[in-house]
Amino acid sequence: MSRLGRTPSQTVGPFYAIGLCRRRDDELDPEGVELTGLLLDGRDEPVWDGMIEVWDSAARRWGRSNTDRGGRFRLRVRGDAEVLEAFVFARGLLRHQRTRIYLRDSQDEVLGSLAPDDRATLIAQAEDGGFRFDIRMQGPRATVFFAH
Amino acid sequence: MTDPFDGPVVLPDDPSLGPEVQVDFPGYRSTRWRAPSRPLATLPEELHALDGPVFGESALAPLDSDLTRQHAGEPIGERITVTGRVLDDRGRPQRGTLVEIWQANACGRYHHEVDQHPAPLDPNFSGAGRCLTDDEGRYSFTTIKPGSYPWGNHPNAWRPAHIHFSLFGHAFEQRLVTQMYFPGDPLFPYDPIFNAVRDPKSRELLISRFDLARTQPEWALAFEWDIVLRSTPFEE
Repeated sequence: MSRLGRTPSQTVGPFYAIGLCRRRDDELDPEGVELTGLLLDGRDEPVWDGMIEVWDSAARRWGRSNTDRGGRFRLRVRGDAEVLEAFVFARGLLRHQRTRIYLRDSQDEVLGSLAPDDRATLIAQAEDGGFRFDIRMQGPRATVFFAH
Repeated sequence: MTDPFDGPVVLPDDPSLGPEVQVDFPGYRSTRWRAPSRPLATLPEELHALDGPVFGESALAPLDSDLTRQHAGEPIGERITVTGRVLDDRGRPQRGTLVEIWQANACGRYHHEVDQHPAPLDPNFSGAGRCLTDDEGRYSFTTIKPGSYPWGNHPNAWRPAHIHFSLFGHAFEQRLVTQMYFPGDPLFPYDPIFNAVRDPKSRELLISRFDLARTQPEWALAFEWDIVLRSTPFEE
């Protein structure tokens, strides 16, 4: 069966916030805990024009956060969620990248398939009653991204 | 230490991934430190078939789809309509898809604090819109034609005029962020973002079509642009 050609991806660019962050979409769970972290480039510099989208598929809750001048995103999530699906967007990314944010260690198939150092990049750290999850695009401690 | 810019990183050559987009494209400088430098890991099949968030009318505000009526006065520029259908690659209309757009004003300036291009801001133009596709997968916006603008990528770099589009399909992995261009733009050959899509046929899919039939006499030029998302695995 012949398929239609798919529309290619293009970068979200540096000014996405005027379109995508006009409203507050950062609370997947208003009663939840804070999930925060830095988006860092290959020189460990903060990506100030990035955006993280998170999908808690078990609870069907979605949210997104821009990164601020320091590269920090902030979301409120269900504290008892096990894992969140995440997309990373930024100027300089021609296509968004997919990763997973584990709020606790797990024996699941995905983590089980990764080497220990890679596995660690997907597990959030408890911090101030919430969670901390830094995303590194490159380098020896780069976050694991998945083909999608 | 190996140079992360050693060679291009290309998404795996898997037809399910859609048009091949080179993630580390030398011409587009900021890919260098931002594009993942390691091979992508694989997920089990069921995680490719997750459904995604559903947006309803509550996601919309009045006048979200008419960018020329969001302020007290009318924006400066050529009034246009941009319409089209959202389909999957089997040609099926994608209804209820949230379509978000944002763009520069007619002078090529974004209403964003970081944009320092010395062109005037338009107090009557924010440059952002939203709509949901109807039962035929159709979306429609009224806006003004954005201007080209310079950017710092290389000497004398100018972006072809474009409107940014963001779409959520029904499946999580149908998510698409892209840019729509206008036919005949003289800047196409010089733009590394446009040319990062290496297949010329795929690049054509980013260019809207002038649509005389939809042009509203004495009012607005019309451009048509269909957007094709991947099919969802669980429907196959």
